[in-house]
Amino acid sequence: MRVITSLMMVGLLCSASVVSAAERLTVYSYRQAFLIDPILADFTKQTGVEVDVVFSKKGIAERMMREGRLSKADIVLTSDFYRLMELVEKDLVIPVSSEKLKQNIPQKYRSPDEMWYALTMRVRNVYSSKDRLGPLDINYEDLADPKYAGKICTRSGKHPYNVSLVASMIAHHGEAETKTWLEGLKSNLARKPQGNDRAQVKAVSEGLCDIAIGNSYYLGKMLQDPKQKPWADAVEINFPNQDNRGSHINVSGMALAKHTKNTEAAIQLMEFLSSDTAQQTYADVNMEYPVKADVKPSKLVASWGQFKADELPIYKLAQYHGAAIKLLDEVKFDL
Amino acid sequence: MILGLAKRWSVASYTLALLIVMPLVALILQSFLPDEAVFGHLMATVLPTYISNTLLLIFWVVIGALIFAIPAAWLVAKCRFPGRNIFQWALLLPLAMPAYVVAYVYTDLFDYAGPIQRSLRALFSWQTPHDYYFPQVRSLGGAAIMLALVLFPYIYLLARTAFMEQSASLGHAARVMGCSPWKSFWRLSLPMARPALAVGATLVAMETAADFATVSYFAVPTLTTAVYDTWFEYGSLTAAAKLSTIMLFVVFAFVGFERFARRKQQLFQKQSAPGELDYYCLNGAKAFAATGYCFILLGLAFILPFVILLQYAWGYFAESWNANFFEYSFNSLWISLLVSVICVCIGIVLMFVRRVSPRKADMLPSRLASTGYALPGTVLAIGILVPFTQLDFAINDLAYYFGLQEPGLILTGSTFILICAFCIRFAAIAIGSIENSYKRISPSLDMASVTLGLTPKSMLTRVHIPLLRKGIFAGLLLVFIECMKELPAALLLRPIGFENLATYVFQFVSDEQLEHGALAAIVIVLVGLVPLIYLNRSLEQEK
Repeated sequence: MRVITSLMMVGLLCSASVVSAAERLTVYSYRQAFLIDPILADFTKQTGVEVDVVFSKKGIAERMMREGRLSKADIVLTSDFYRLMELVEKDLVIPVSSEKLKQNIPQKYRSPDEMWYALTMRVRNVYSSKDRLGPLDINYEDLADPKYAGKICTRSGKHPYNVSLVASMIAHHGEAETKTWLEGLKSNLARKPQGNDRAQVKAVSEGLCDIAIGNSYYLGKMLQDPKQKPWADAVEINFPNQDNRGSHINVSGMALAKHTKNTEAAIQLMEFLSSDTAQQTYADVNMEYPVKADVKPSKLVASWGQFKADELPIYKLAQYHGAAIKLLDEVKFDL
Repeated sequence: MILGLAKRWSVASYTLALLIVMPLVALILQSFLPDEAVFGHLMATVLPTYISNTLLLIFWVVIGALIFAIPAAWLVAKCRFPGRNIFQWALLLPLAMPAYVVAYVYTDLFDYAGPIQRSLRALFSWQTPHDYYFPQVRSLGGAAIMLALVLFPYIYLLARTAFMEQSASLGHAARVMGCSPWKSFWRLSLPMARPALAVGATLVAMETAADFATVSYFAVPTLTTAVYDTWFEYGSLTAAAKLSTIMLFVVFAFVGFERFARRKQQLFQKQSAPGELDYYCLNGAKAFAATGYCFILLGLAFILPFVILLQYAWGYFAESWNANFFEYSFNSLWISLLVSVICVCIGIVLMFVRRVSPRKADMLPSRLASTGYALPGTVLAIGILVPFTQLDFAINDLAYYFGLQEPGLILTGSTFILICAFCIRFAAIAIGSIENSYKRISPSLDMASVTLGLTPKSMLTRVHIPLLRKGIFAGLLLVFIECMKELPAALLLRPIGFENLATYVFQFVSDEQLEHGALAAIVIVLVGLVPLIYLNRSLEQEK
């Protein structure tokens, strides 16, 4: 018994990390480490505040709920607007009132009650095969058109990017019509939803399908990777719904954790993330559109041309998120 | 048995067992809470598919694993053919390979964009996917084949032992009565090995039910992935707990079946007398076929994926050979080591009490403690988080009450919870291994040591443990391999900033860029190989 007890103690000692309360921030991030690490390194250099990042693809909100007042999180970074809403809904974040943030981030890209701020935006594009279809003047609604039967590829319907697209369809057309649309889209799929956005472009380049749904920045990233460039070269990027409401956009963003003990430093970091330098890094490293008006997208992204974005304020989509997931289950989109 | 064992031994064994059962209880309690109709919605829409996917997958994996394993086990046990000595241990190697890595490698090969379909298209000048039919890799069938490829060694190992232990005189009798080798396989060996096959099939079924990564990569939703999604997409822990409880029913059905199968096993298996040898020498075409079969099986399940991994790792070596890689390797190693030691200690205490205690009630703890293995990682994670979070808050409240500084989340916010989860899940393996070893120690030794005036404690340390050496070591190794590979529990429970090799590799797999994680995957495989080879050797020596 004594052996076991002492072993357990050793385990405890090894594992319980001792962190001083001094200038050190903990960021819970849905965003990938490679993207934010360089920006955070800059921040540390300028301010001397160390930043720990916890990266997770899923479940950060659930984790914070569980951790309650004992949570170490100071700031949460998300790659999807709904994750931001979820944080608000579950009462995990608090408002930040900062003139600088308000200056840097346009009104439609922040929550009306200062609960969160968007950092970058991306478009849910429709890619088409250069050889077989060429550039398309297409609406999301057309994806359910029988003329595309067996020609469309997409990732899982349950992925946040697709869920928010479905939510925006509900916002514009209502649940019943969206359900019909989803059924049509499902019956047009060339294969069961699988892989990520990158894999869909690859499938188009290989001739498995003619149309793929994917976020804009994936194309930029693929063009930079020598192995993936041929895939990206095989597709046209199309901005949907240009003759009517505009393309569906999603945002990545940040919020201040409710139980932060370092409010001042945390707000400092948030302001830094909205600054020109950080926004430019975001734009260049991840090929996203900066939200700050005077920061230009990267050259490559700019070469895709201007587009019209859906004007519906992003936070309004949140209320349709639950309905979107349920619809996806009802039409068994992934099965 | 013969000892007036002090009460504290019982208390210790019950405490251990209850700690292990705790997540199970917490889970069932959690599943009774209301869940805002999420579960009802799931029931009405996708749940039937999840359940049927899970059952179908288990069915096909078990069938596949049996088909792969039985011929190989019989050939190795009963025949002599070129390469037999190598295949005998090499066919265990696939166990070291995480299924999701194999899945990734084969998807890359067989996908529409992969080299195989591409060359087929070039060869027959097909243009589009509609010009020909090619089975989808990413499908239930594909997942079943991948899992069967890495899980068949469980059945192979048990079946091989069973075939070897079948009394040679029966074989002689069969020959005298004119049975061809083929006939004696069907009418004699196979029916006699049935209990061992059932045990192996159950292990395969449980591992299949617990698999998270392969099915999620293949987009085949099962109960395990559904638990994960329900928790994070619908944000309902209770609905996830309800799903987990269903999952438990499925798994416990298999465990019950396994117990039932093993109940009869004693009747069938008789040790052959030493020196009795009975095997078929294969020559010519038969030998070629036997070697060919084993080689193809090993090639598909291990050599090919491993070579491709090496190739990936070589190509991306510069990017992969970094500080993170070392940190994660170290994390995997120390956790696996610590957990295997703890599991073995638990095994020793529980089995010792069970062996020497005069009390009937002391039989129970080791049985209870073995249920942990039946909990798939995702299910276990939910079960363990619920009580430990409450415990954490209780500790902090207590500190606050006494005016001390609050320690924070010392249990759930550290690797402690991960270590506990691994111990709970894998203690059963160590218990089983020590139980087997104990069976070989004659009770007369216990009596002798009592007569010589040994206390229970010194009997354990001076008599039993030295004799249990092999079982202890085997237990250590088996738990070690499992810990290196375990993914779902690690994904859900890892503390802030903590990664191990499994989570690191899976991150790349789910991003469809295994190339970058290939080096880490190779470490998982290599570290698993050493124990496997050792284990096999010690099994061989027992013969």
